[in-house]
Amino acid sequence: MARAVSKPRKLVFTLVAWIIGLAIFFPILWIFILSFKSEGNAIAAPFHVLTSAFTLESYHTVFERSNYLRYFMNSVILSVGSTLLGLIIAVPAAWAMAFVPGRHTKDVLLWMLSTKMLPPVGVLVPIYLIFRDMGLLDSRIGLVFVLTMINLPIIIWMLYTYFREIPGEILEAARMDGAGLKEEVLYVLTPMAIPGIASTVLLNIILAWNEAFWTLNLTAAKAAPLTQFIASYSSPEGLFYAKLSAASIMAIAPILIMGWFSQKQLVRGLTFGAVK
Amino acid sequence: MATKHSRAAARLMISPAVLLLLGWMIVPLAMTLYFSFLRYNLLMPGMEEWTGFLNYQYFLTDPAFIASLINTLLLVGGVLIITIIGGILLALLLDQPFFGQGIVRILVIAPFFVMPTVSALVWKNMFLNPVNGLFAHVAHFFGLPAYDFLAQAPLASIIGIVAWQWLPFATLILLTALQSLDQEQLEAAEMDGASPVSRFFHIMLPHLARAITVVVLIQTIFLLSIFAEILVTTNGGPGVASTNLTYLIYVQSLLQFDVGGGSAGGVVAIILANIVAIFLMRMIGKNLEA
Repeated sequence: MARAVSKPRKLVFTLVAWIIGLAIFFPILWIFILSFKSEGNAIAAPFHVLTSAFTLESYHTVFERSNYLRYFMNSVILSVGSTLLGLIIAVPAAWAMAFVPGRHTKDVLLWMLSTKMLPPVGVLVPIYLIFRDMGLLDSRIGLVFVLTMINLPIIIWMLYTYFREIPGEILEAARMDGAGLKEEVLYVLTPMAIPGIASTVLLNIILAWNEAFWTLNLTAAKAAPLTQFIASYSSPEGLFYAKLSAASIMAIAPILIMGWFSQKQLVRGLTFGAVK
Repeated sequence: MATKHSRAAARLMISPAVLLLLGWMIVPLAMTLYFSFLRYNLLMPGMEEWTGFLNYQYFLTDPAFIASLINTLLLVGGVLIITIIGGILLALLLDQPFFGQGIVRILVIAPFFVMPTVSALVWKNMFLNPVNGLFAHVAHFFGLPAYDFLAQAPLASIIGIVAWQWLPFATLILLTALQSLDQEQLEAAEMDGASPVSRFFHIMLPHLARAITVVVLIQTIFLLSIFAEILVTTNGGPGVASTNLTYLIYVQSLLQFDVGGGSAGGVVAIILANIVAIFLMRMIGKNLEA
């Protein structure tokens, strides 16, 4: 039961929580503001920044001069592609482990998870050399494969924890009503599994979108996603705050919105079901 | 009950995932291990020769290794301390009833979704830059000299940036755990006259212990591999002041083309990560039985 809370107490908490929340969010808010300023105004003192005129100039420049769309499309292809490929491999595996658990299911699950704990830098050299020899450096296919492999354990785990919650009795009931295996999967299991699959997809796209070890090391230009695009701004060339802000906002906005919708699933996915 | 037939089908459904992960793990791992015993530089192709443990000897006695190991520990430890303490305080705050809870929650978790290269560059330029950064402007406003964060305190600055990214993660998980706490237990303690402080230490903290452990372990796995934040802010410098183990191995293998030495470093990094992983796996495994 919710406890009755005195009004002044609630007001104080409201004030404190909003101040802290805005402080944490401030860097994002600040680049959002800077992205609508001219370069000259963006580096001025904060008060001047706030009062200066709004302009869409930086967005124009980023769009026209820097191939932004190609990087954006690469990010989309890499994150969506690796997620779909991951799903195709993971759904059957998670399904089998959840509904036909054997003696070794637990060990297999834990072993899959352990592959995630391998530090990427430990296998950087061989992967780099294999990619070089196979002509996969700076290719989307190669990177989709790498991103699929590094996120596969998380996809399988998340799906497994969702599938396991589907009660077996429902299947029995369907069977008693004369449903065959096909009807069982199509009309009973699939609708119940879709929410779990959807949150898995969402979380995995976020993780793949923001992945910045392999995407930085294995791409140069052709297959480079937004992580690489933003990193190219690290060499300062004169005044570029407004453009960097506009590029940053365009790189994080889609994921920020998706992330806000998936905050609950995030806890589950990133703790491998250990905290729900 | 599962039949023999469905067991065979299940095995078939699991095998692609198992085989792919096995290949992904074994092949590069075996190569790393093999390379680590070779003198192998990409600039001198065809000159590979077996050198035994020489690469390990060089890597482990390199002053940069000790420095980067200490930096790695400071980076992981510093971020953990900030995010755990900050996360507990934030979770306690967000758990209170106040106006606009949903919106504040969204504001607090936002940094987690910002890609590493963006957050690192934004902090580097818009905030920490000694000329045009916001902190420099604030310092000037109070008549103080600007501080060159990334030159004077590179590691501390990176710890700050990474902590900003991971604070939402800790907060979100601790908040989820806090909300599963039995309210009646708290009320009973309150009626028995327990102060808020003793309620926190005797009821809430023990309840959070598991979630805190999970946060520590998972963050450690990710924090050991911090890379992009260092690459775009300091390049590991000045000197090796902000080089962690991951970055050191990257420099050695992809910038100096020393495959042998880099591989030896990779094996060392794998061993270190495994020590953490063993604890994490035990915890998750226990949870699987529950």
